[in-house]
Amino acid sequence: MVIRKLLSCVGKYKAAAILAPITIILEVILETQIPLYISDIVDTGINGGAGIAYVLEVGGKMILMAVLSMTCGILSAKFAAVAGTGFAYNVRNEIFNKIQDFSFANIDHFSTPSLITRLTTDVNMVQMAFTSCIRMLVRAPVMLVMATWMAVRINAQLSLVFLVAIPLLGVSLALISKNAMPRFSAMFKKYDALNASIQETLIAIRVVKAFVRGEHEIEKFEVSATDVQNAQKRAEKLIILNGPIMQFAMYGCMIAVSWFGGIHILEGTMTTGLLMSFISYITQILSSLMMVSFMFVMIVMARTSIQRIGEVLYEVPDINDDHASAALQVEDGSIEFDHVNFSYAKKEDNLTLENISFRINPGETIGIIGGTGSAKSTLVQLIPRLYDVYAGAVKVGGHDVREYKIENLREAVAMVLQVNNLFAGTIRENICWGKADATDEEVEAACRAAQAHDFIMSFPDGYETELEQGGVNVSGGQKQRLCIARALIKKPKIIILDDSTSAVDVATDAKIRQQLRQNLKDTTTIIIAQRVTSIADADKIIVMNDGRIDAIGTHEELMKTNRIYREVYESQQKGVA
Amino acid sequence: MEKTRNNVPDEAAPRLDGAPKSAPKEKYQMKPGGRGPGGRGRALEKPKNAIGTTKRLLAYLKEFRLQLVIVAITLIVTAVTNVVATYFLKPIFNDLAEMSGQSNPDLSHFIETLLLLGTIYLVSIASSYLYSRLMLNISTGVLRRVRIDLFCHMQSLEMRFYDSHTHGELMSHFTNDTDTLREMISNSLPQGIQSLITIVGVFGMMLYLSWQLTILVLVMLAVIFFIIKKIGGRSANYFIKQQRALSQVNGFIEEHIEGQRVIKVFCHEPQTKQEFAELNEQWRDAAANAQTFGGVMGPIMGNLSHVHYAATAALGAALAISGILDIGTIASFLQYTRNFSNPVTQISQQFNNILSALAGAERIFGLIDVPSESDTGDVVLVNTETAQDGTLRESVKHTGHWAWKVPHEDGGYEYVEVRGDVRFHNVVFGYDPEKIVLHNVSLYAKPGQKIAFVGSTGAGKTTITNLLNRFYEINEGTITYDGLDIRRIRKEDLRRSMSMVLQDTHLFTGTVRENIRYGRLDATDEEIVEAAKLANADFFISHLPRGYDTVLTGDGSNLSQGQRQLIAIARAAVANPPVLILDEATSSIDTRTEKLIEQGMDTLMEGRTVFVIAHRLSTVRNSSAIMVLEHGEIIERGDHDDLLAQHGRYYALYTGMFELD
Repeated sequence: MVIRKLLSCVGKYKAAAILAPITIILEVILETQIPLYISDIVDTGINGGAGIAYVLEVGGKMILMAVLSMTCGILSAKFAAVAGTGFAYNVRNEIFNKIQDFSFANIDHFSTPSLITRLTTDVNMVQMAFTSCIRMLVRAPVMLVMATWMAVRINAQLSLVFLVAIPLLGVSLALISKNAMPRFSAMFKKYDALNASIQETLIAIRVVKAFVRGEHEIEKFEVSATDVQNAQKRAEKLIILNGPIMQFAMYGCMIAVSWFGGIHILEGTMTTGLLMSFISYITQILSSLMMVSFMFVMIVMARTSIQRIGEVLYEVPDINDDHASAALQVEDGSIEFDHVNFSYAKKEDNLTLENISFRINPGETIGIIGGTGSAKSTLVQLIPRLYDVYAGAVKVGGHDVREYKIENLREAVAMVLQVNNLFAGTIRENICWGKADATDEEVEAACRAAQAHDFIMSFPDGYETELEQGGVNVSGGQKQRLCIARALIKKPKIIILDDSTSAVDVATDAKIRQQLRQNLKDTTTIIIAQRVTSIADADKIIVMNDGRIDAIGTHEELMKTNRIYREVYESQQKGVA
Repeated sequence: MEKTRNNVPDEAAPRLDGAPKSAPKEKYQMKPGGRGPGGRGRALEKPKNAIGTTKRLLAYLKEFRLQLVIVAITLIVTAVTNVVATYFLKPIFNDLAEMSGQSNPDLSHFIETLLLLGTIYLVSIASSYLYSRLMLNISTGVLRRVRIDLFCHMQSLEMRFYDSHTHGELMSHFTNDTDTLREMISNSLPQGIQSLITIVGVFGMMLYLSWQLTILVLVMLAVIFFIIKKIGGRSANYFIKQQRALSQVNGFIEEHIEGQRVIKVFCHEPQTKQEFAELNEQWRDAAANAQTFGGVMGPIMGNLSHVHYAATAALGAALAISGILDIGTIASFLQYTRNFSNPVTQISQQFNNILSALAGAERIFGLIDVPSESDTGDVVLVNTETAQDGTLRESVKHTGHWAWKVPHEDGGYEYVEVRGDVRFHNVVFGYDPEKIVLHNVSLYAKPGQKIAFVGSTGAGKTTITNLLNRFYEINEGTITYDGLDIRRIRKEDLRRSMSMVLQDTHLFTGTVRENIRYGRLDATDEEIVEAAKLANADFFISHLPRGYDTVLTGDGSNLSQGQRQLIAIARAAVANPPVLILDEATSSIDTRTEKLIEQGMDTLMEGRTVFVIAHRLSTVRNSSAIMVLEHGEIIERGDHDDLLAQHGRYYALYTGMFELD
């Protein structure tokens, strides 16, 4: 099933994918004709006394055949390359586009590194298998059939030898491959484990060194390395049997053919030249069998990759807007949670959010506070419908979020994620993510509001400064401010800052909030923060505890009535005179 | 994917300001690493010192000396039997030609020939199997040794090395480089040798059979070399292009899949899809060319051999008709031509493989040659007990009391009690000698004191702790520990005397118990639980599905950041050292939880000298002394109240008037 799905990825490279095997078939047909001419040369030319001119003519024909065959071979290589790379192009696009349609829940399901591996290593693997299959999968069987047919034509009785050799060889090769497979998977697992342990030590090198655990790590590593060695030996021990078995079959055929062929010659039912031709076919027949077994290994090695790619392609994006109304736009920034339950696992007994109900009016500023793991982030992620509720409803602008086209909803709801990314490109390009056609003034205004303008201008290239991949050449605080600017430029109805100023100092944090108040009067602002000072002046503060709302109120109210809020406040204020 | 950015100390973090723009480079770059592209491009690399590298590789083979001798013999036997077996076609066909004229031929000679041939075949099969089997032993054995050596050496390198190399880079030594090495040892090298023997043997036999037909062989060889040179050169070019395009595609994938959530939030999917399709198309174009060139080699060589075969047949027949050659000679010569082109192509390919494997080996040895962390310290850490007369005595038991064992020039020893008295005297340091990050820093920490460092990113906070445990060596000045210059103390023992809890908690694959035990390998289960209780981690650990035996995977990713931090604190607690370094240890724990573990932390810090680095000022408030660092200098020092009273930078920070970034 996955294979069929993958094969449909050949797409517009179908012509090449079809021409490749055709040219290969032609090549093989021509190639298998050549040995037969030997019998003409020997029987008619030498033994029959047809003379040098005849011999040279036949030789010329053979060379012509070889040249034609070479042309076909070159063409087939070209077609196979075009088809193979085109296939890989399509597969990669298909997966990448599929991931673009994933919801957050889908991404959680796979994890980011695993998605990256599938798009890189696995696609490579599948492409390699595809390219070699497109060539060998055709070549080997055609070669087998053609050469056998030529042999039968020369002497049907003599070719009975292959009736013994081919099944014998085929069965042994199949048996070896079959038994080697699980051993190879076991080996790859050990190998992965080894690499994982190296990686782990590298990442934690400071810990290893600080605790002087080098010896300990080396001991662990030696065990892994020995495991890999043993697994490798166990797997390849079988594979190296292929060689001798192949040789045995080939040599057995040689001797048998020489003997029986010799007898035929002595009886006068076969000529010397034909025997010579026949011997050439032995090599062709048996080497094609070898190719089949090699191909088999290749496919099995690609099998895991195919499977892993299939998993991505068959994943159903769990958020879609098929039932939404395209015309519906978000009218205002009001938000309402109506008895919302949420579960990452989508299970009743594993709720992350339980019975959440509250209302926010347009233009209000809301603070959310709570301990690690109290589900603050989860709560706000339901607003731009990054996840769907398990029960209840989230309403934005008076409508259930599921009624909007996702694009319309997210256009109105800007969110600065806790873990945020910038992308390779200039600062301006990054800011313009929020609004593709933003003017210079708009970009600057957004950056000023996010307190980013000054540091951007301190760079020699200002807004044209190239950010490196992942935005690694700006500091954490600078990155956060750029991300806020990127959200602000959208002029959204609702803006959500999920702990987005954690690396920004208190004073700048306050300035950003002040700017939000001034510039986005009608925009509903939701701020998740660790610091009480970041939210103390909000219109309402929601205190979260273990997936439930503990209290809602203003700073003053909560200081009086809520124990958790007071504790958090005091833990941050202790010592101030 | 692997985190390639190291735990670079903040001062070394790349900054934009003022730094000259790096040379123009590709926008996207796949981080080098095991997950890299198919690796075809590696075939283009050349070793710098092939002979030296080969010699070192041979040293690894020493262990398998006896097996290698047998391998060499089997290799020769295999090649020779192959060559000889083909020759047998001559007597077979000549016998047949001779006998077919007779009315009652004597088959005995023919049978003898076939039996002899059969025997040769059996020898050939046996020797080639033996050879493969032994090579499997040798190659996996060598690889294991190389991996272990590499890993061992990596453990001994200094921190500085890890700052300047990405994990991906180091990983690729273990994956790509060892893989090519193995490929070379088990395949390329022996096949190359075998091919060489075969070529020499076949050529000799050809010459022996017919010098006239051998001339054709020489012409053929010239053509083959011409083609290899012609196509090889162009395909190398295309392969480089393909590699570059692939690393762009993979770089884009890495960045955008990592940023996938942002893409979703901004509904940026269509643009992303389009950009990706463009890069992907560039790759497709380059790859189609590269792989065409890679793919034509096979058919060209195969069919050239057919041309050769045809030419030999025609010329041979002409010679036979002229009475110069017999049928048998033609038959076996023809078979030799089939055997000839293959090893020639093989050698040209294996030659590239061998070169790239040598280049890989060179990189491996390059890493092994990086000097280990040097250590001239001779003062060691020992357990002590106090004898009845009040003097310190060394003990083999874990007494919980420690002393420095200081050797004297006369061969005697002195025991200095480990108290945790740390002093910096005019310390100057820079990760790069050109760029000093600590200017003339002096400070002291008396035993049991809690010293805090506050300051912006890049001010040099982490650097101070890095110098203390000698991850880096100071440029000028001295650091003393209980009155001893830390350079006199053996690094291992120095580090063992202090525990670190870092901002990025790193846990290892294994159970929670094992992870805590990492602090002290001989800790009992009770001590581990005790340490966990101290760190306030016991509660959540016992609520994990399998309690202390819960297996943590992938750097503890199945725990929350805060929980991992608690385990790291427990790990430091179980080590029970006189000095404790907390580098942003509680930054991932919310203030309320931090308050909950405060008591545990207080107990942990009791009686120890503690260095604390924190962003959050509430964490450092109750320190004995707070150092405010700026641009590598201590600009203010004192306790919380002193500093507030000073109305300086600390005051500004504390009241939120100053930016801390």
